[in-house]
Amino acid sequence: MLWRGVCVCRRRLWFSMLIAALSAAVPTAPAHAGGDPFAQIAATNFDIVAQGVQALATSGNPRAAAVIDALRDGKLYAWKWPRPDAPLYIRSATGFVDARSGAPVEAPAAINLRRVIVNDSVRAAIATAEGALGLFAKDPAARRTAAEALYQSADPGALSLIERALTNEKNAGVAQVLREAAATALLKSDTGSGSTRIAAVDELATRSDLSARNLLASLHSEPPPVAAAIAGAIHDIDRRLKLWSLVENLYYGVSLGAVLLLAASGLAITFGVMGVINMAHGEMIMTGAYTTFVVQQLVAATMPGLNEFGLLIAVPAAFVVAGGLGIVIERCLIRFLYGRPLETLLATWGLSLVLQQAVRSIFGATNQDVTSPAWMSGSLDVGGLVLTVNRLWIILFALLVLGGLMATLRWGGLGRSIRAVMQNRRMAAVMGIRTPWIDALTFGLGSGIAGMAGVALSQIDNVSPNLGQNYIVDSFIVVVVGGVGNLWGTLFGAVLLGIVDKFVEPFEGAVLAKIIVLVFLILFIQRRPQGLFPLKGRAAEA
Amino acid sequence: MSEPTLLYLDGVTVSFDGFKALNELSMVLEPGEMRAVIGPNGAGKTTMMDVITGKTRPDQGRIVFGADIDLTKLDEPAIARLGIGRKFQQPTVFETLTVRDNLLLALAGDRSPRFTLWARESADEHAQLDRLLATIRLVQERDRRAAELSHGQKQWLEIGMLLAQDPKLLLIDEPAAGMTDAETAETAELLREINRTRSVVVIDHDMAFVRALGVKITVLDEGCVLAEGSIDAIQDNPHVIEVYLGR
Amino acid sequence: MRLDRANIATLSCVLGGAAVLAAMNLLIPAVSPLHVPDFVIAIAGKYLCYAILALAIDLVWGYAGILTLGHAAFFALGGYAMGMYLMREIGARGVYANPTLPDFMVFIGWTHLPWYWYGFSHFWFALAMVMVVPGTLAFVFGWFAFRSRVSGVYLSIITQALTYALMLAFFRNDMGFGGNNGMTDFKDVLGFPLNRESTETGLMLVTATVLSLSFLLARAMIHSRFGKVLIAVRDAEPRTRFLGYRPESYKLVVWTVSAIIAAIGGALYVPQVGIINPSEFAPGNSIEAVIWVAVGGRGTLYGAILGAMLVNLGKTWLTSALPEIWLFAIGGLFIVVTLFLPRGITGLFTTRQPPKGSKQASAATEASMREAAR
Repeated sequence: MLWRGVCVCRRRLWFSMLIAALSAAVPTAPAHAGGDPFAQIAATNFDIVAQGVQALATSGNPRAAAVIDALRDGKLYAWKWPRPDAPLYIRSATGFVDARSGAPVEAPAAINLRRVIVNDSVRAAIATAEGALGLFAKDPAARRTAAEALYQSADPGALSLIERALTNEKNAGVAQVLREAAATALLKSDTGSGSTRIAAVDELATRSDLSARNLLASLHSEPPPVAAAIAGAIHDIDRRLKLWSLVENLYYGVSLGAVLLLAASGLAITFGVMGVINMAHGEMIMTGAYTTFVVQQLVAATMPGLNEFGLLIAVPAAFVVAGGLGIVIERCLIRFLYGRPLETLLATWGLSLVLQQAVRSIFGATNQDVTSPAWMSGSLDVGGLVLTVNRLWIILFALLVLGGLMATLRWGGLGRSIRAVMQNRRMAAVMGIRTPWIDALTFGLGSGIAGMAGVALSQIDNVSPNLGQNYIVDSFIVVVVGGVGNLWGTLFGAVLLGIVDKFVEPFEGAVLAKIIVLVFLILFIQRRPQGLFPLKGRAAEA
Repeated sequence: MSEPTLLYLDGVTVSFDGFKALNELSMVLEPGEMRAVIGPNGAGKTTMMDVITGKTRPDQGRIVFGADIDLTKLDEPAIARLGIGRKFQQPTVFETLTVRDNLLLALAGDRSPRFTLWARESADEHAQLDRLLATIRLVQERDRRAAELSHGQKQWLEIGMLLAQDPKLLLIDEPAAGMTDAETAETAELLREINRTRSVVVIDHDMAFVRALGVKITVLDEGCVLAEGSIDAIQDNPHVIEVYLGR
Repeated sequence: MRLDRANIATLSCVLGGAAVLAAMNLLIPAVSPLHVPDFVIAIAGKYLCYAILALAIDLVWGYAGILTLGHAAFFALGGYAMGMYLMREIGARGVYANPTLPDFMVFIGWTHLPWYWYGFSHFWFALAMVMVVPGTLAFVFGWFAFRSRVSGVYLSIITQALTYALMLAFFRNDMGFGGNNGMTDFKDVLGFPLNRESTETGLMLVTATVLSLSFLLARAMIHSRFGKVLIAVRDAEPRTRFLGYRPESYKLVVWTVSAIIAAIGGALYVPQVGIINPSEFAPGNSIEAVIWVAVGGRGTLYGAILGAMLVNLGKTWLTSALPEIWLFAIGGLFIVVTLFLPRGITGLFTTRQPPKGSKQASAATEASMREAAR
């Protein structure tokens, strides 16, 4: 916006002057005091040029915007010597155009032309003119912006101008903003009867955002009925703001829950099927994040055209890498520790230290840069909220992965075998299912999902060797709360934890939120040691 | 009036996920009695023991011990301290402790940590242990780890632990399992001996053993009592034959 | 009480070794090659504190089967209690020269001492708090945990959660415990200046004595009838219930005693290293302490002491000689010990079947219980 770069006081000065001029101009036709504005602009005296700019903007002349733009861009030319008809030309890419009419003309001799130059005061006049012109601009978006600016400035002097713009305004959205601008202008002035002021208060109540509330709160010494309306409006706005804030927290909570869901699903599987607490699970997530980084580097180096799809390539890559790593771990370490969950816990802890240090040695200890593709950037405006798009994608992704996982487990031979082993290992073995192989695949599956979680996490968190550690504690909490081996429980637990985390956070801060969650977990696990949705059945308890 | 019953199960129902392990089971045991409980697999015999000892809580019904103690309101340690002892099918002794220590822990007495922290073995306890060791024929093995005993020796050790508790009521699950004929006969003898001073409920499949015990029999089927009576009455009962013996 | 050879060896190593080191530090002049330098005394003292922690862990893990992954929390709490006393002892000699308020409080703008700091200017009160606060926390935690029959990995996870929560809490600057900087710059303890050689050596000797006493206490507990019940609980908990014992009471007692022992270790640690900060609560510390016990051999008590010494010796050496390797080494140690040395180093020198607390023995008992209970 052109408002920047111009000294504030000058801007305000010119604006008020302009408003005064514009108000004086209403409702008369675009006549002006002091002669032809074009001639003024063609003058050599800067002040007169500034006045001409102001007059031109006020006039409502359809060429006003073009001329003022040209002046700003240094494309406006006048005759070198004074002439009664004060010609003005705009130089376009193709040639010259008469400023007054807009019709192309033959280029005058260069020796006769001088460029109309600007100084600070002219520049200021241009700035305010463009702002006010906005109200009458062709483009509704420009009109809306101008109306917003007027709303924010709440200048009582602008009232008549706004009302004039309103009568001509066809666009509903812009008209609404104009009404709000009129309301603020009215309320800031001392005019207006009680009922009109109350009407203005209502207008602001409908707008219902922080700026409206602040304005209403700043009004003092109002007659009782108006004061009552103001109090009511403030109350309503506060309530609505609180509601939006709630929704925003919910959104963040759900998106956090989505991340936790991805991180914890794999853990729920390995713990549910094999009874193995894998303390290196966080490192599987980290592996996925680093895979994303490597994939992005590779794509940028070899196939830069596919940069936008780097993330899509990274997802299956991370699954394969982390899953493969998981299978290796299972075959080389976990399987020797069956039936000894506590030892497995310790051994996998040691493994996590090794993996972290390995990554540190290869990639370094600092954060690695993972970029977000364009289709995942940006945000959506919903009501009073700004929702970032990348979190939306992550929620979608998490649900897809969960759906895929559930489908795999429910249908398909592998899924059936896994469920059989989860429910009754000995029986499954007797029925011919090769439990060692299933164990390896299950561990691989759980680790692979963790890898995909790492891909998602790389978008919203730093990629460092410690990435896994930040999420391992939460993953365990989710698994414990939701019930081991039960994916619906994991979903529920993840969302619950995410929301609880985000709701406590604004009140008490992130750290205390964690503490409260942990204390809650400690107490919770007393009451329901099997989680919210445990697998029933005697064999499962064994 | 006569003295109260020792154990009274009144309409006890236990279901696991819809399956009724015990279905309004009612049974009465008089003081000093020995009862044999038989029945097909899944009849609820072990569940009945679980419920009496407090391992499982019934969904319905009461279990009254003595005059007025409702066992359904107590947990395992409390019920054990009341004087109800249980012997499991597989020997469940403490493998890493010595034979003597196993018996020591089972000795009736204060079970609280406060007591055991400062407890010194009294002469009385010493004598009791010696007597028990003699009864279960494990005097020589008293300082060996229980893990090193044979299967039969472990069974006897467990019976010894049961006796050490000085219970009023013993619940014994398949005491003759895995024993030779000679050992089985000895076990029946031992149980009759025990029955002189305590009440006993025995679960078993071995009809010869049950006959050797020579006591009233309760037949369970599908969670409730099918028939009760002497061994001959039972063996002639058509229902019992159909459900159990005939199979 | 009777002491077998291993235990006598342990006590003589600990006490004797400490005495010898002390003598060689204090009595032999610095110029002699036989002089034990100060930093060796400091390291020895630190290791002895760790050994106390390891002993506490072995008590609950080796004998009650509770895999605690948060015991460093009790160690740190004891350390903080001692730290508070030491901070009060600084008095007006701090940077801000405030006779009552420690420097960090002045720094964040507090004007008077919070109520929970009262009394810490007295050594005996601080000593009592070293035992009471962690003991109470352990008692409350254990009461809830054991009563609801939480066991195995679930219990381990919530001990982790406990220490993690405490770490987060103590990192907060507004808690009044020094925030993320912790407490440091101590001047003296009970009037003895901390920077003097004799004080350091004295502290080391005191630690060695406390370690020995804890060792004897732990042994006494284990060999009493209480200890036998505890072992029975570890190996076949349901069976002990049918005998009339309440396993939760036994676990609670040993858990609380263990926490107090760990806290005392922490209290001795702080004056010797000169600082206490919230990273002592880090979950990784507790897990590392467990590995000391595993390396030495759990369920033996002297194994815990041995393991603590050995692993920390290795750590000190590796982190100065080959620092990048240290994390690989400790991670690898976890894996190697659990796979190949389930009974630790001391287990290599004893032949036994079945070994104490081995999975075979307890699995056999458990399996038959479950069979029977079906």
